[in-house]
Amino acid sequence: MSRTTTWLTAPLCLYFVGFVGIPLLLIFFISLHDTPAMTGIGIKGYIRFFSDAYNRGVLLDTLLLGVETTVIDILLGFPVAYLYVAAPRWRRFLMFMVLLPLLTSTVVRTFAWVVILGNHGLINTLLAQAGLIGTPLRLLYTPGAVAVAMAQIELPLMILPLITAIGGIDAHIIEASHVLGAGRWRTLRRIVLPLCVPGLLTGTLLVFTGAVSALVTQTLVGGGQLAFMPFYIYQQAIQAQDYPFAACVAIVLLMTILLIVSILNALGRRSAGYVHG
Amino acid sequence: MDKTRRRLDRWSYWTVILLLAALGLLMLALPSLIVVATSLTSGYSLRFPPPGLSLRWYRSLLFDSPDITAAFVTSLKLAAAATAIATVLGVAAAIGLGRRGAPWARLLEALFLSPLTIPSLALGLGILVLFNLFSAGLSFASLLTGHVALCAPYIVFTTSASYAQLDPTWLDASRSLGASPFFTFRRVVLPNILPGILSGAFIAFMNSFDNVALSLFLSDGRSEVLPIRLWHIIEDSLDVRAAAASGVLIAITVLSMLLMERVAGTSRFLR
Repeated sequence: MSRTTTWLTAPLCLYFVGFVGIPLLLIFFISLHDTPAMTGIGIKGYIRFFSDAYNRGVLLDTLLLGVETTVIDILLGFPVAYLYVAAPRWRRFLMFMVLLPLLTSTVVRTFAWVVILGNHGLINTLLAQAGLIGTPLRLLYTPGAVAVAMAQIELPLMILPLITAIGGIDAHIIEASHVLGAGRWRTLRRIVLPLCVPGLLTGTLLVFTGAVSALVTQTLVGGGQLAFMPFYIYQQAIQAQDYPFAACVAIVLLMTILLIVSILNALGRRSAGYVHG
Repeated sequence: MDKTRRRLDRWSYWTVILLLAALGLLMLALPSLIVVATSLTSGYSLRFPPPGLSLRWYRSLLFDSPDITAAFVTSLKLAAAATAIATVLGVAAAIGLGRRGAPWARLLEALFLSPLTIPSLALGLGILVLFNLFSAGLSFASLLTGHVALCAPYIVFTTSASYAQLDPTWLDASRSLGASPFFTFRRVVLPNILPGILSGAFIAFMNSFDNVALSLFLSDGRSEVLPIRLWHIIEDSLDVRAAAASGVLIAITVLSMLLMERVAGTSRFLR
């Protein structure tokens, strides 16, 4: 296993150039055409996208969904990861609880939310039996429902990096903080959270990129009324047969994701100095 | 700090942490439990709680749902084929990358992991355009093309992780004792990185089996995959068979997860 093994990367490299690199370049090339018939080279598609308030709304709603999902997942994921590190005897159980949903089909988990939030679902039944409501509440097909369902789908991807981050903190530092008179909350704010920043950033990256491109959950829980970028791409390509515009929407989504990923990576490099420096 | 304040601090801290953690764990577990409970209904609609318990929808799924069974078989074949190809390419690439931290190796690794961040809908659209360019019709082959790219990152990632833990002196020892590179690979490298390969293959398989976005663009009329079939059922009719199919998928996931944890310690590679 010496220097001569480098050639082993060639097959996958060729595959990725052919079936990831070239396809993405093709989308970019197609997005630079002005009409569905692929005539006229220009950036009319992008102008069309950004000059229309509806399109800008779809982009903003998608990004907002990503942010909401990330915030919910930090709030719920941090305590679970903290518990995992603090309670060694529960680790096997907790890891099972985190990994099972991660490996369970997204369609299945989304379907569960349709059942929970539907008119005859768990929440409406409970509320009706408690006598709190007469007619079922409309929970499904609302932006809040999409954010909650999405948060559940992505939660394991926040918990796993946080477990690594919290588990890596030297217990002596926490002890020192307590001995020096800082309370639990102050230690959390001044010691634990700053040391978790790399884990938080990794989790944010995974959750955000997952949430903004999760077609199935967005369409099944959001219904036809709420539009997000992934379904918009599909709709323009397959239903409207407007490949150049579909390609524009795809490139806008891709560029937005790449921008956010590079910001998070830059922050990550800075925060690594925090932990090791 | 005096004693009461200290106690209040500790008490409030653990109350908040435990409450939020309980809510988080409930969020994680609840959906699967609800689906399984709903699938055991004796009624005709997706009500929760179900009016009575019965296995009728599982019988209906097994005996008179040729559409779902066919889609299940297509998905199995696709995930198995994609995982197999991606494993061969991915393991070779991971060993080729080795432990090297050179810029080119890091760049290649970023390329190999890129499908994790690229929305697979965009990738699907791109591959569709590529196939159209060569006037190649959609078929099982076009589906497979996309799914291999989807599977490869997981295998590269887990195999690299276990290869990095392999003690390099073992390789030197094997070589200096006269073993050929292939013999060294088969008897020294492979047994040590096998848990990584198996774990990556498992995660890749589950992801391929679950993928909708790529398949939406790349499948022809004849090869509909299971998640798309279920998606359509849930969108159009909310048939209880979808719940039964979900119950089966959850059971398969639990069993295969426990098996893989035993055989390869999969959870190590996810942290």
